[in-house]
Amino acid sequence: MDYFAQQLINGLVLGSIYGLIAIGYTMVYGIVGMINFAHGDIFMIGGFIALITFLILVSFGLTAIPLILLVVLLVSMAITALYGWTVERIAYRPLRHSFRLAPMLSAIGMSFVLTNYSQVAQGARVKPVPPIITGGYTLHEGSGGFVVQLSNIQIIVVITTVVLLALFTWLVSSTRLGRDMRACEQDQTMASLLGVDVDRTISMTFVIGAALAAVAGMMYLLYYGLVDFFMGFVAGIKAFTAAVLGGIGSLPGAMLGGLLIGLIETLWSAYFSVEYKDVAAFSILIVVLIFLPTGLLGRPEVEKV
Amino acid sequence: MKSLKLIGLALGATLALSTTALAQDINIAVAGPMTGGESAFGRQMKNGAEQAVADINAAGGVLGKKLALQVGDDACDPKQARSVAEKFASAKIPFVAGHFCSSSSIPASEAYADGNVLQITPASTNPLFTERKLWNVARVCGRDDQQGLIAADYIVKNYKGKNVAILNDKTTYGKGLADETKKALNKAGVTEKMFESYNKGDKDFNAIVSRLKRDNIDLVFVGGYHQESGLILRQMRDQGLKTVLMAGDALNDKEFASIAGPAAEGTLFTFGPDPRNKPTAKEIVAKFKAKNIDPEGYTLYTYAAMQVWTKAVAKVGSTDPKKVMEAIKAGEWDTVLGKMGFDAKGDIKAIDYVVYKWDAKGNYTEINPKGS
Repeated sequence: MDYFAQQLINGLVLGSIYGLIAIGYTMVYGIVGMINFAHGDIFMIGGFIALITFLILVSFGLTAIPLILLVVLLVSMAITALYGWTVERIAYRPLRHSFRLAPMLSAIGMSFVLTNYSQVAQGARVKPVPPIITGGYTLHEGSGGFVVQLSNIQIIVVITTVVLLALFTWLVSSTRLGRDMRACEQDQTMASLLGVDVDRTISMTFVIGAALAAVAGMMYLLYYGLVDFFMGFVAGIKAFTAAVLGGIGSLPGAMLGGLLIGLIETLWSAYFSVEYKDVAAFSILIVVLIFLPTGLLGRPEVEKV
Repeated sequence: MKSLKLIGLALGATLALSTTALAQDINIAVAGPMTGGESAFGRQMKNGAEQAVADINAAGGVLGKKLALQVGDDACDPKQARSVAEKFASAKIPFVAGHFCSSSSIPASEAYADGNVLQITPASTNPLFTERKLWNVARVCGRDDQQGLIAADYIVKNYKGKNVAILNDKTTYGKGLADETKKALNKAGVTEKMFESYNKGDKDFNAIVSRLKRDNIDLVFVGGYHQESGLILRQMRDQGLKTVLMAGDALNDKEFASIAGPAAEGTLFTFGPDPRNKPTAKEIVAKFKAKNIDPEGYTLYTYAAMQVWTKAVAKVGSTDPKKVMEAIKAGEWDTVLGKMGFDAKGDIKAIDYVVYKWDAKGNYTEINPKGS
């Protein structure tokens, strides 16, 4: 039981990071109807910006960890959001009324551009940081000497995810911007006839998605202690899978999908073989898609007439 | 428009000049992971090769010609290694010092064999590299079966009756090393409690770490590279685990210490006796230090590979790879690592692996394997 609890913690934290990235995929898909393959790389850029900001702050002699973390969070969200906005502006907007596959191809191209850009700009080596948030709590000491450990960074990852998810659910359901987003999701032409600035709304969607990816990038940096130029690829694929599993287009679905992928991977590694954890995660994805083609929380697509 | 043409003309002229300059040199190459997760080792190899070429040229070159060094980047990717190898073979380069990852060296060696290129690896330790009886391969480092023996010997002496786990990253090097260590351990009567593999490039090892914790593992042996080893260590300490990590020669770079942070303290790995301390290396180590380069890990091994080839070429009087290889296997060579002889397969005759330990300051030192 203690062992199960520990693995549950491991899976939830991993799933939270996947979920944060998955939200970006799902929001863009919901509104523009395209898969933003460059999103994984936006996450990677977020990690790098967090690292650079952190190093700059430390070199100025700042030592107050909470203050540093707050500044790093805000700076990396702001700059990564700018990246998200730029990518949309130069790679997707000109192709919006082109055929359906064009923006997707452009997204794959953008993904290569961002990967190679950071490889050239930051070098190909992994960039480690020393452990910043250390310590933790011993939740329970089992009879066999097995200790269930919850580290501070794990708590921070989960709390940040929950707060952000709540914030964005509120944003989409109760603000002017959220209403515009939902209007664009239903019918872009009609929305623009009714005075919604479609271009601006779509830009904002990318900005928000990128800001969330930046948070995920920073959490990743703090949790694993390193970033490299290639990390966006695998994380992006996993998060995309999470978004599809939860039902692409649905915010809670993305989070649920992320958590499920994280848990499946961890629990499979815990009780079966570590070797086949990805196989397990993708098998479950296939099974879910056979019975629920729109994912767990996705709505069936209504044919527009 | 006119100025554009002029620039084109000038460019063409410089190109023509550079090819004529190259024609007088002997082109040789170093190949390894210059980019990617293992690029720290690629840099070691490049440093070693550049210094060797500079020193050889300063001493008058070989066969009256200067050496010119080309650098190939395989990023530790077998496909890329193969295409680098084919590129060098079609450029008629007689000698390549490389590659680093066994999974790169092995596919590349076949392209080199077909293209008449001699290959000496400074770092690939998988037995298969020389076991396939290709005519063109040799190595100046040891083999995983020898490395596994030393690791197993240490574990048996210090951890007999305790819980041992073995992990590997499914790469040619990692799996090979883990298998050899397991074989040697089982022979000595120690059975591991857990044998698992992970994917190279994974970042989250928390599930494995919890398993280690459940099974009360005292020592975990990792057949894999430094990045994953560093992450496993960090996540072990985060979960409150004091398990000792032991690994192979891939842990001999300072980058491991910066990934693992304070958790690196007490970590063990096997590697040849520190080449920097050999009396034959003193002068060359000083040259590196003057350039502010620490010749750690495989730097001096690459240097030695260059030396062996150059000396054999001078003896044969030709760069013909087949003749040079025969001479290499027949002779004994003075290198920066001491005297070196090769057997018929291309492995070095004298082998010595020892166990190293990382300390809290981010340095590693040799420990007495008897566990004093």
